[in-house]
Amino acid sequence: MRLLLGLSFFAFQLLLSAPLLAQTSRVQEFVLDNGLKVLLLEDHKSPAVTFQVWYRVGSRNEEDGKSGLSHFLEHMMFKGTNKVGPEEYSRIIAKNGGRSNAFTTQDVTVYFATMSREKIGIEIDMEADRMANALLNGKYFEPEKKVIMEERRLRTEDNPVSSLAEVTAAMAFTVHPYRRPVVGWMQDVESLTREDLRRHYQTYYAPNNAFIVVVGDFATEEILAKIKAAFGPVPRGPMPPKVKIEEPPQSGERRIILKKEAELPFLLIDYHVPNLNSPDSFALDLLSVVLAGGRSLRLYQDLVYHKRIAQSVDADYDGLSMDPSVFSVTAQVMPEKDPLEVEKAIYDLLERVKSEPVNERELEKAKNQIEAAFVFGQDSVFGQAMRTGQYEATARWQLLDSYLAGIRKVTTADILRVAKKYLDPDQRTVGVLMPIKEQNQ
Amino acid sequence: MKKIVFAVLAVAFALSLPAVSETRLTPERSVLENGVVLLTSEQRALPMVTLHFLIQAGSRYDAEGREGLANLTSRLLTYGTRDKTALQISEILDFIGASLSTSCGQDVATVSLTVLKKDLDTGLNLLAEVLTASVFSPEEIERQKQSVIASIRAKDEDPGQVAQIKFSEALFPRSPYGRQVEGSEDSLKRADRAQLLEFYERFYRPERTILAVVGDISHQEIAQKLTQAFRPWKKGAAIKDSPPVSPPGPANIIRVNKTITQANITMGHGGVRRSDPDYYAIQVMNYILGGGGFSSRLMDSVRNERGLAYSVSSHFSAEKYVGSFAVTMQTKNETAQEAIRIAKEEIQRIRQEKVKDQELQDAQDYLIGSFPLRLDTNRAVANFLSLVEFYGLGLGYPEQYPELIRRVSQEDVLRVAKKYLQPEKLIVVVVADQKKAQIQK
Repeated sequence: MRLLLGLSFFAFQLLLSAPLLAQTSRVQEFVLDNGLKVLLLEDHKSPAVTFQVWYRVGSRNEEDGKSGLSHFLEHMMFKGTNKVGPEEYSRIIAKNGGRSNAFTTQDVTVYFATMSREKIGIEIDMEADRMANALLNGKYFEPEKKVIMEERRLRTEDNPVSSLAEVTAAMAFTVHPYRRPVVGWMQDVESLTREDLRRHYQTYYAPNNAFIVVVGDFATEEILAKIKAAFGPVPRGPMPPKVKIEEPPQSGERRIILKKEAELPFLLIDYHVPNLNSPDSFALDLLSVVLAGGRSLRLYQDLVYHKRIAQSVDADYDGLSMDPSVFSVTAQVMPEKDPLEVEKAIYDLLERVKSEPVNERELEKAKNQIEAAFVFGQDSVFGQAMRTGQYEATARWQLLDSYLAGIRKVTTADILRVAKKYLDPDQRTVGVLMPIKEQNQ
Repeated sequence: MKKIVFAVLAVAFALSLPAVSETRLTPERSVLENGVVLLTSEQRALPMVTLHFLIQAGSRYDAEGREGLANLTSRLLTYGTRDKTALQISEILDFIGASLSTSCGQDVATVSLTVLKKDLDTGLNLLAEVLTASVFSPEEIERQKQSVIASIRAKDEDPGQVAQIKFSEALFPRSPYGRQVEGSEDSLKRADRAQLLEFYERFYRPERTILAVVGDISHQEIAQKLTQAFRPWKKGAAIKDSPPVSPPGPANIIRVNKTITQANITMGHGGVRRSDPDYYAIQVMNYILGGGGFSSRLMDSVRNERGLAYSVSSHFSAEKYVGSFAVTMQTKNETAQEAIRIAKEEIQRIRQEKVKDQELQDAQDYLIGSFPLRLDTNRAVANFLSLVEFYGLGLGYPEQYPELIRRVSQEDVLRVAKKYLQPEKLIVVVVADQKKAQIQK
């Protein structure tokens, strides 16, 4: 991420808390001759327009020794073109009252700005320009490398829970590129070259490997004309190589202990699961809510409220990833409590959802939560654009239209079935953060 | 930290007030019989309603030695009323998919609820119970104390937070504004049910409350419903409210040792209150110095030119009764001294020479242009309206805002930089591996 912290947290929250949105078929799809897909959703409740360009490239497309390349490229995309000077992009957006930024994930790299209807054309022109003409200027390469190394120190090295997530992913995935961190390993980042960036840019930044999402206060005809005028001339590129790596089946639990200066132990348990292309994804979504969708739900009630061994607990199903990802259960352990006790309590609860159906009211409660979140999610134009983009990146945006119907069909028997199928002890990777105290002062 | 978060919000909102017509807020204001100031903005696009209570019950009302009481009170609001247990409350909320959150800052406590329109009455009745009939059972008190202690410890593992805490302590010695909202493990031990009840009875009163309601309901309709649901909520005894006098502490260097890779630096001094007539000139000046994200001077010299940090920024936080100025950044231990030197040079530079005409204009254009766009969710609008009331800005303020910013001149920027940036008073906090950082005077 090129982001300042506040906004990045916001985006992260969005991803986690509301995996759903969008009303039926209000999105309109257009495809330009050069292969660029454009998704438009008019929403006039606030005077803002969010414009996003999604490139289908992330750490998933990287190779050993070159981790962090997509993220590095994202940073360098702000170093100008022949028309726009280094760091000028952000200034131009800001002085036109807009806010802009970019982020990189395992699957995608996304650039965005939120502006008024009158000004959004400025963003459209600059995004089209840098899709084809980024200079990736050598003079700014070394200072930016240092910035990224500082970013890694800030987000990962000095953040115990992030460090745990990183090493746990590196163990849950042995072959698939999801084993590598998006920001890249420190040594890889250090050794990346300008030529690596150039090649990555030429391979992946093309209209036929990207799509545009626009949500907000605009008129479809007007904005489509602007987009066509700006992006139409960008030439189609060769099709980028496909990632065909499949993670081999796991047979047997994997464990990793991280010892680091920290205050509270932390537990992260990952189970391999399919993404939203699987019909099981609806039941997996609901399973995560049944387990951890609120204070009245099972994990919180047992671990936080009754046993008082965890400060917080969560369950998260990551169906919005291009390749199969993980269902994770996390817990921040109370001071002086044993993480192993927390781990055992979690397994006891998971065994229960595997051995007997949840009751009907629990399921109804989980469905109500998802439906309410669906409506709340439409309150933000940025949030709507994010989710439309995530669905399009992972599968097709049209799946959003059938999301709620899919959720409503899930039965208690479905929940039982997916719990049995995926919450398999042999399929899990367990990461434990063990705090150590250094001698201070 | 709560204070910091709140302060940032407040600045952001106060900064960017838009013209009413542009933002489509159509705010209305009335005072209910029991003294609650009600602000509304009718937004019919989605079947949802957000209620945001701002209650003058923050940690500044905690007696010395009883720090943490206000925060504990706020956390316990949703953990049991005369008619409902903690579990029953969360069961109701979870079943309707509502989100109810409480938080405690230094001046105010907040209670926020977002519900689907169809569940509004359920939500209102629950809010009324929480605000008039909380019971503070000994068991729940004990549970929350443990949880607060865990969160105090968790803060300790975040070096950025540690720097903020030390900075506040040094900036406002012997003042509630220098203390953490959570209190300490010691002071928490002393909190008991009688104290909590007394705090609740005294400070959670309608005449101390601002309520902003945004969503699918008219002013009149919600006013009626509130009068009905909050019938038992009566005015309390008059409270002699003399805000604490908080003279800023002296210049100092504070070093905290941790085994980490980056130095987390917070440096600053006292500032101005929100009501200061120079507030707008200061915001413009600070935008140019370090408030303007990727467009600021600090970002240019610390990040873009030298690659010393991923994030660097400056803030003037202007609260109702206190204000502060702070620069925040992180850089690898070894370059901490250099980053501090450069930040100081930028502070000096803006005090010595006029900003360029273009810099001034860009700052003004951003501040004026971005505001309507920031109010793009019901939640953001509710926050904004409640703060406009809290700071006494008046509903006409949005129309005045562009002019207040536009009339700031280059001379004004220089004048306020000289007056309100005080290099000789800097308190510099460095949380780092001190052996590597080697911070000199």
